Amino acid sequence: MSGAPRDPLDHRLLDGFQRDFPLEPRPYARLAEEVGCSEDEVIARLAALKEQGAVSRVGAVIAPQRAGWSTLAAMKVPPAHLEEVAAVVSSYPEVNHNYEREHELNLWFVVAAPTPAAVAAVLRDIVYRTSLEVIDLPLTEAYRLDLGFRLS
Amino acid sequence: MIPPGAADLRLIGAIQDGLPLVRQPYALVGAGIGMSEDEVIEGIRRLIEAGVIRRMGVIVRHHELGYRANAMTVFDVPDAEVAEAGRRLAALPFVTLSYRRPRRLPLWPYNLFCMIHGKDRGEVLAQVDAATAAAGLEACAREILFSRRRFKQRGARYGIAPAQAEAA
Repeated sequence: MSGAPRDPLDHRLLDGFQRDFPLEPRPYARLAEEVGCSEDEVIARLAALKEQGAVSRVGAVIAPQRAGWSTLAAMKVPPAHLEEVAAVVSSYPEVNHNYEREHELNLWFVVAAPTPAAVAAVLRDIVYRTSLEVIDLPLTEAYRLDLGFRLS
Repeated sequence: MIPPGAADLRLIGAIQDGLPLVRQPYALVGAGIGMSEDEVIEGIRRLIEAGVIRRMGVIVRHHELGYRANAMTVFDVPDAEVAEAGRRLAALPFVTLSYRRPRRLPLWPYNLFCMIHGKDRGEVLAQVDAATAAAGLEACAREILFSRRRFKQRGARYGIAPAQAEAA
């Protein structure tokens, strides 16, 4: 999918319900009431947006360091091996974001697991499998929480 | 870190990949983990009140919505000033995350991180400069790490997945 969605109903579904999702038996019916269409239409639209990739999921963002432990990690990977190393990193279910960035430290990823020990084990395993150093940058203080993303 | 009870972990595990897109999603989630619809709804409400769930709703992917450029911008801020600067960054509408992290010298001297998304590189760079000025960080060393390739992006998994819960 390229560019911002033009359909006004899609836009409202994407922009208007990033927080405070209804905690009631028929949440999509509540959304439907607010945007003025049927419950089934809301469900179909969200499924289509998910299929297109615009919606990652309808669900919860878990606070870091509350239900478990997470860290941001970085590696300096020789460019010729970047795809191979990135594939190793992405193969762990504990890794949820994995990006190449423009820096000498060129691979950045987030590891989340139920315990700090489980996170450390993943980092150690990546070091073992790649023979590369991993720097571990756990959050020490959050000044802005993830409150969603306002579309312009 | 507040370790939630086992029931909470099962619940988190059952919703971490998203609510099902059906008329009664909470009932369906509950059916998978032996909870009633009410127990699922109340459990989620409790996790939100406890701050374990930060938000619940439609989670969008920036890139697919046309926000093609994202820059992790990092600063090396004197320790005594980092909290104030972090809060100033956080107050800006285009800053989506603002975090303090440890330095790892000599490789990594930066202790304040923020994330800025924009339609293109030029827009993001202008916002980075605006953020730097607004937070009073002009004198601090700074780097802008644009993303190049996205290898993986999805929600974090902290809970016990339904299959693991059944096996346990």
